[in-house]
Amino acid sequence: MTTVTTPGTIDPTTRKVPPLGGFNTTILGIELKRMLRNRRTIFFTLVFPAGLFFAFGGTKGWDDNAGHGNVAAYIMVSMALYGAALTAASSGAMVAMERALGWSRQLRLTPLSPVVYISIKAMVALVMGALAVVVVNTAGLVQGKPDMPVGRWVACGVLAVVCTLVFAALGVFVGYLVPGENAMQILGPGLALMSFLGNVFIPIDDHTSLIWHIAQWTPMFGVAEVTRSPLTGDLPWYAVVNAVGWLVVFVLGAAWRMSKDTARV
Amino acid sequence: MTQTQLSTTGARPSQVPAVSLSGVTKDFGAVHAVRGIDLQLQQGEIVAFLGPNGAGKTTTIDMVLGLSRPTTGEVSVLGLQPRQAIARGLVSAVMQTGGLVKDLTVRETVEYTASLFADSKPVDEVLENAGITEIADRKVAKCSGGEQQRLRFAMALLPDPALLLLDEPTTGMDVEGRRTFWSAIRRDAEQGRTVLFATHYLEEADQYADRIVLISKGLIVADGSGSEIRALAAGRSVRATLPDADVDRLAAIGGVDGVEVRGETVILHAKDSDAVARYLLTETDARDLEITSKGLEDAFLSLTGPHHDDAGDDQ
Repeated sequence: MTTVTTPGTIDPTTRKVPPLGGFNTTILGIELKRMLRNRRTIFFTLVFPAGLFFAFGGTKGWDDNAGHGNVAAYIMVSMALYGAALTAASSGAMVAMERALGWSRQLRLTPLSPVVYISIKAMVALVMGALAVVVVNTAGLVQGKPDMPVGRWVACGVLAVVCTLVFAALGVFVGYLVPGENAMQILGPGLALMSFLGNVFIPIDDHTSLIWHIAQWTPMFGVAEVTRSPLTGDLPWYAVVNAVGWLVVFVLGAAWRMSKDTARV
Repeated sequence: MTQTQLSTTGARPSQVPAVSLSGVTKDFGAVHAVRGIDLQLQQGEIVAFLGPNGAGKTTTIDMVLGLSRPTTGEVSVLGLQPRQAIARGLVSAVMQTGGLVKDLTVRETVEYTASLFADSKPVDEVLENAGITEIADRKVAKCSGGEQQRLRFAMALLPDPALLLLDEPTTGMDVEGRRTFWSAIRRDAEQGRTVLFATHYLEEADQYADRIVLISKGLIVADGSGSEIRALAAGRSVRATLPDADVDRLAAIGGVDGVEVRGETVILHAKDSDAVARYLLTETDARDLEITSKGLEDAFLSLTGPHHDDAGDDQ
């Protein structure tokens, strides 16, 4: 500490501003540790998506052909994406809890920049999402039914993690929009609905139906198509537009709410 | 409304003021929370910020902390913009509630906060000084209110701030804890730390602050030492035992502002207490006479009370 301790004087010019808006590995480590010892998070990250895969992945017709692999592989990739999305959204929604507790206000009294705070939340969400992807894929390996070339398998996993960013942003957005614990109560059912519409739980086969036309515009649809593209060998342009579009919407929404919040706190 | 400007105590005007507010106002829509405050705090001063709820204390403190911007006027902290001062670890605040994450341990909370500053005191030293080394591995949720308050202090002292803002700092502390607390604050002030605290313990303000700033309806109504503030509400109370007191006759004594009768006891509030005492002892059967000067509380009430309302027309 370099404070001048001559009685009655403190020289403000001796004080420094931390680099990178206060970003450091200590907070990242503490945030991750915090997530990993939260029982609810562990259940939704590790247990729930793997359980869903075991429930759906072994149903009749699992060995049918699906692109470069089989239906079990298709279901596994979808469940990994769902698990990662749920985990990332709930990590992002921690913002709501921290605002309710006055922690964000406390952090405003430190050099930590709000952008860095959100970036750390997003990184933690990505790591937790990746963990969910690993767990579901491990469950697939253990069960032994999913089948696809190793390269495509890895590509699907990596894409699932990348697509998780969309839901981390959604979580932060909703976290700023809805106070306290309600954020997750909206996100949970909301994500389930999005997953149904986004072809994640049940394939919507009739491409002329009304539901298909609605589904194409929902946030889970694009990322699901993108994530499964190494397996299906098919990547429609409108799926990419959907995924990028929703990412932009959620990031802008989160940024907008955040700037409102910091102006008022 | 006339502001009662008194001499500032302990001022060292040659230095950059710790806090400087000039012509500061803050509106929330149609509500004028702060109506024009000019205030300078010198380094090393301990200043109490007193005022009834809704007087604009919190709004003013938020502007000093850079949490909100004034509608008009300038706020500077040690010659810097509030946000710049915060980024340099020059300002800390301790709030009475909230501001803690329940599922972090005490040590994690301090480590987290320490990591954000360019320079920070060692975590172990701060835990030790705050007397929370033994509970360092406890989750914040399992800490008592007092322990959480000590944790908030530990966090605030990490960057060795030049300005410390405290909101009702000793609520829930016992007499001994309060004394220890204030002697620690006083020691730090001697090193040049400025302390601004909001309190409704008027006695505490009187006892521990070098200077009391009284704020009411968004304006400073008095600024001075405890005894100077007290003197503003001149007058004394005369208390005596007087059975079957004739209230009307007592109220008619010259200079009496008010008469209270509690059973056999009468209390008279008067500017000229000598005249009242003389009258009671010579013209009535009054005994057990007691004369006391009005407390800070009376001063507070008379300065912030409704008859100072002339500026509060458009609320």
